[in-house]
Amino acid sequence: MDCCYIGIDLGSTTTKAVFLDEDEKILGRGITNSRSNYELACQVAREEAEINARFELLKRRLADNPRVAPQIDALMDNLSCQYALAQHLKQLDALRNEGSNIVKHWIHHKDEFDKYVDAQETIFDSLVLQAYQDFLPDAEVQSDFFRDLATSLYLKQADIISKERFLSFERLVGVFDAAIIKVENKSFALFYQEYLEFACDRVIEMEKFRELKEDILDAVDEIARKEFNILNTVGTGYGRLTLPFAKEQIRSEILCHGLGAHYMFPDTRTVLDIGGQDTKAIQVDENGIVTSFQMNDRCAAGCGRYLGYIADEMNMGVHQLGPLAMKSKRVVKINSTCTVFAGAELRERLAYGEKQEDILAGLHRAIILRAMSLLARSGGVSSEFTFTGGVARNEAATSALKQLIDENYGEIKINISADSIFTGAVGAALFAKRDPKGVMADLEISKLKAGSRTKQPEMEQQIA
Amino acid sequence: MNVDEIIDYCENLYNDLDLNYVKDWKAAHRSKAIGYLPVYVPREIIHAYGMLPVGIMGGGDKLEIIRGDAYFQSYICHLPRSVIELGVSGKLDCLDGVLFPAICDVVRNLSGMWKMEFGDKYVKYLDFPQNFADAGRDFYLREMRQMSEDFEELSGRKVTTEDLNRSIRLYNENRRTIQDLYDLRSEKPHLALTFEVYLLMRAGNILEVTEHTKLLKEYLALVVDCDRPKLDNIRVIVTGAFCEQPPLSLVRALENSGCYIVDDDWILGNRYQTCDIPESDEPLRAIVDSYLSNTVSTASRYDDSEDKGMHLADMVRSRDAEGVVFAAPSFCDPALLERPMLQNVLSHENIPYTAFKYAENTGQIQVIKEQTGTFADSIKLWGAE
Amino acid sequence: MEQVTVNGTEVQKEQSMVLQKKMIGEHFEKLANAKRDGKKVVYTFVPGNLNELIYAFDMIPVHPEINALQSGMRKKSGDYIQEAEKSGHSKDVCTYVKCDIGMMKKGNIGPTGEKIPEPDLLLLSYTGCFTFMKWFELLKQEYKCPVVMLQVPYQGDGEITDAMRDYIVRQLREEVIPVMEQVSGRKLDEDKLKTLLESSARAEDDLVWVWNSAKNRPSPIDAYFGGVYYIGPIFTAFRGLPECEDYYRSLRREVEFRVANKLGPTTPEGELNDQKYRIVVEGPPNWTSFREFWKIFYDEGVVMVASTYSKVGGLYEQGFRHDPDHPLETMANYCLGCYTNRNLPSRVDLIGQYIEDYQADGFLINSIKSCNSFSAGQLMMLRKLEQRTGKAGAFIESDLVDPRYFSAANIKNRMESYFQMIAAKRASV
Repeated sequence: MDCCYIGIDLGSTTTKAVFLDEDEKILGRGITNSRSNYELACQVAREEAEINARFELLKRRLADNPRVAPQIDALMDNLSCQYALAQHLKQLDALRNEGSNIVKHWIHHKDEFDKYVDAQETIFDSLVLQAYQDFLPDAEVQSDFFRDLATSLYLKQADIISKERFLSFERLVGVFDAAIIKVENKSFALFYQEYLEFACDRVIEMEKFRELKEDILDAVDEIARKEFNILNTVGTGYGRLTLPFAKEQIRSEILCHGLGAHYMFPDTRTVLDIGGQDTKAIQVDENGIVTSFQMNDRCAAGCGRYLGYIADEMNMGVHQLGPLAMKSKRVVKINSTCTVFAGAELRERLAYGEKQEDILAGLHRAIILRAMSLLARSGGVSSEFTFTGGVARNEAATSALKQLIDENYGEIKINISADSIFTGAVGAALFAKRDPKGVMADLEISKLKAGSRTKQPEMEQQIA
Repeated sequence: MNVDEIIDYCENLYNDLDLNYVKDWKAAHRSKAIGYLPVYVPREIIHAYGMLPVGIMGGGDKLEIIRGDAYFQSYICHLPRSVIELGVSGKLDCLDGVLFPAICDVVRNLSGMWKMEFGDKYVKYLDFPQNFADAGRDFYLREMRQMSEDFEELSGRKVTTEDLNRSIRLYNENRRTIQDLYDLRSEKPHLALTFEVYLLMRAGNILEVTEHTKLLKEYLALVVDCDRPKLDNIRVIVTGAFCEQPPLSLVRALENSGCYIVDDDWILGNRYQTCDIPESDEPLRAIVDSYLSNTVSTASRYDDSEDKGMHLADMVRSRDAEGVVFAAPSFCDPALLERPMLQNVLSHENIPYTAFKYAENTGQIQVIKEQTGTFADSIKLWGAE
Repeated sequence: MEQVTVNGTEVQKEQSMVLQKKMIGEHFEKLANAKRDGKKVVYTFVPGNLNELIYAFDMIPVHPEINALQSGMRKKSGDYIQEAEKSGHSKDVCTYVKCDIGMMKKGNIGPTGEKIPEPDLLLLSYTGCFTFMKWFELLKQEYKCPVVMLQVPYQGDGEITDAMRDYIVRQLREEVIPVMEQVSGRKLDEDKLKTLLESSARAEDDLVWVWNSAKNRPSPIDAYFGGVYYIGPIFTAFRGLPECEDYYRSLRREVEFRVANKLGPTTPEGELNDQKYRIVVEGPPNWTSFREFWKIFYDEGVVMVASTYSKVGGLYEQGFRHDPDHPLETMANYCLGCYTNRNLPSRVDLIGQYIEDYQADGFLINSIKSCNSFSAGQLMMLRKLEQRTGKAGAFIESDLVDPRYFSAANIKNRMESYFQMIAAKRASV
């Protein structure tokens, strides 16, 4: 039995889960969009983390085997891609069925009804084919979340089909919108054994892995059957009060962020987290314990959401904003990061003839200026400085931050980790281990255990 | 210098947040500089002690606030945070002291913050009397005497009656020249453009008084000969902007939206007296008396008279204005609390008005321009009714 | 009266609360009958209130601030504020003013459901708050009654000067008293004034004793949430009157009992005997969600051992008492010493002193959006206090009576984080 601790961070935009092993090493991470149902988001994130943990264990197991070791990276890449494919296909299937149901519901005239069902079938067939292409190790993934992937592809196909067959594009979109909500609110991770089998089967068919067939099958089988012994779970984040946890299992996100940042970078003394809707500036001591903090949670100005609005206004994806801003040669001064005026201010600047990239550079600087104020209020910036949260993935933001820190605090070591979005969840998991209030998880927690041999009645209900 | 050069000179002074003029002046005169916040301080006294009065009105829209926000929450106006920013970034180091006149609770508290942050400099909170009778006179006189003693120590100078009278004389002249400027603008707004008048007035915050008077006179002499087109603009009074200032782009935008600004309360402190302060044997007393009886009405003063607010209506009439623009900084207690009372009076007198809020670093110029533009149009189309 | 048996002794718990309720009820009755009884009504402010002077002229005081906070607690203020905003008042200004204006526009019905009588005099005690000045200018336009202004100069340098005191005394002599004589139709009764001042001083002694009781462990009082009740009689319409003395005597006895029995304060959620954290508070409370706000702290086992808001109407712990032998000077000193009339460095000194004297684990600043007098500079106070005392400060934002600016979720979130932080620090030491 593998003992582990779980930390769950329920944020406003995304929910993260982290599995920590006995040696305080990160075993698995999972992330999903929070939707409107925190409990489900928590479950899905947990399941994703558990799968991720299984893969980690699988990797460790396979890496021990000298026959497999040389190809371990390629093998793991392929396995995880095929796994993801299997899950994606399952979700597509569910979406297809749901779509049919909805068409049946909405359209009563038989001829019409047949046309739309056919159209759906065609679209989904092409989506399935597309999936086989997309889920390859070197394919460029546009998004982590099923909803985003499915939406863009579906819309593209629906556009083509509706024109070809003289059908209503709006209607097809309507069906999709109704179906995706239902599908999104279900859990699919239960079928992980099925996915692992699928992945395994497809991988051992490949030329390069054929010889390792037995080794792979053995390892996968062992890992598939493994049970996790979860000693404690701690929840944090804005939605933490909705978790069915005892008070001792809930921690403030300030403390979790502080401890998590310290874990990733032990010399951290200042932490800045810019999330979807709030910003936190935290000072920690040498043990990762918080000594002071400031939060800005009353207003989403200068947070992830603000960038979302800007992206919408410019008809771009949020991840495209950073790269475009980096192209700027001249930063335009933006004075307010108010989300209400985001659009108006943007349009005004464009009307004055300012370039997109220059305005964007200005916006990024404005966001960071706001963060600098909060940092100053919390007690300043001391080395080392760790930057976490979704916005930390934005290169224009980090560039502006580096510049402003340099200008105002001198030489400070700045840490940005690819895993920074999991900081809160890592901290929560650490609290789960270091400050336990109970040994075995109680019944409430076991409800969230994915892959448990005993299928809980509630779980069955969720599967269509 | 020609008109453009004069205005460029003023604009450079306005933009120079490092206060190089002050540094140069101090070196040349081997003396000190005393900063003051809006609205009004008796600069004559500072001047008499051989020191340079420097008006601080915030950092405008060019100053990035890095540390200032750590001192003030978001629902406090912008001025104090830019003033602190200037302070902690060393731009006000050339000032040997700062005066904080009573205008509102934010500036009042700022005086205490200044003491804590810059304790080695002279800091004084100037409580003006809101009682305009003998009690107030007595109190204010004692305050001015105390401040004079402080200045004596600070400047290392003893000051005579003649010194004070001389300063009074120079500032009287400065105020008269400003009056001429405002009268010219009211008479010929197409010549004395508001944008230019504004920068000239801002220059009065920093230039030594005789230099400023000289500059104004030069401008007045030259601008009357300029060939500038007359525009079909309405005539308005702008009020409420006596402390935190609008950015230059907003000043420009107001003019460009179809309004001739024929009077305003920007930089009010430099034109606070309604007539000369008489020279006398007791100059401090004269300054005090003048404050109590011959100064303007503004929101930071107490007024429980029956004709409160009528000064605005009177100004509209004397300047032949067609409407009033209420421009106040966001969160400004004096301007915003006063507003409904003034608006009531205007409604009563059938004078149209419009109102908006701004911040010294506002970027939303377009929106305001549209509002005042519409106001201008409506007056042109429908007249005063 | 509640008779309870505690440790075998019969005790009348909360007699002071009963007395207080009675006092307030009688006061509003007096007000309701003012016109009938030919009594003159004076509107004035809590900071710098001249209760003894008002009663010396046999007039009745009304405090618009108190009306506003009562409206807040009764969940009526939201409507009143919107009413005022509709008629042209800015979103950015003090919500007490807007609440008062709105209440006036809706008929001026007081907390007892009866109309509050219109003022015969507006006594503008301009103490510690710029907004007061404009508030009464606004009211004057509505009520068209006499107004007299008493300017209380700000302690800019952290001390009371002769010039300041003389100025106030002169205004009292030359403006305030003559106008009050005119309005009341009688001359100032100097003997009565003296008696009232003597009574005030006695009540002040008992009040100071009560504040100091919080130095005990556990603290028998909550100096913030409970404290706002304790300051009622002394800061509003009762100081100088015998019922006020009775109240503080009774309160003191109750607190003495609690100290002797190691009991904590009574809260709406129950007694707080298990006190985990001792906190000093700066800033006014939120009125519209007062109970919810209190509960956030009760749930964490937090007792407030000292507060600055409870000194807005006068600071007595440093030795000041109303001095009946020098009535005008003493009233001047009293006004000058009100909390919001003190400069920022003195406020920081005071809070720092409280943290030490009351052995606090930390402090809280409740930053009120619409009150610049309290709020401007609180962020600096936070940092200075942390530096000076080494104790962490919590910073939250809300408003006096605008319900739109109170978010229980945000406050709870921040406070939870704050207390977990303190607990973690304790554990790691």
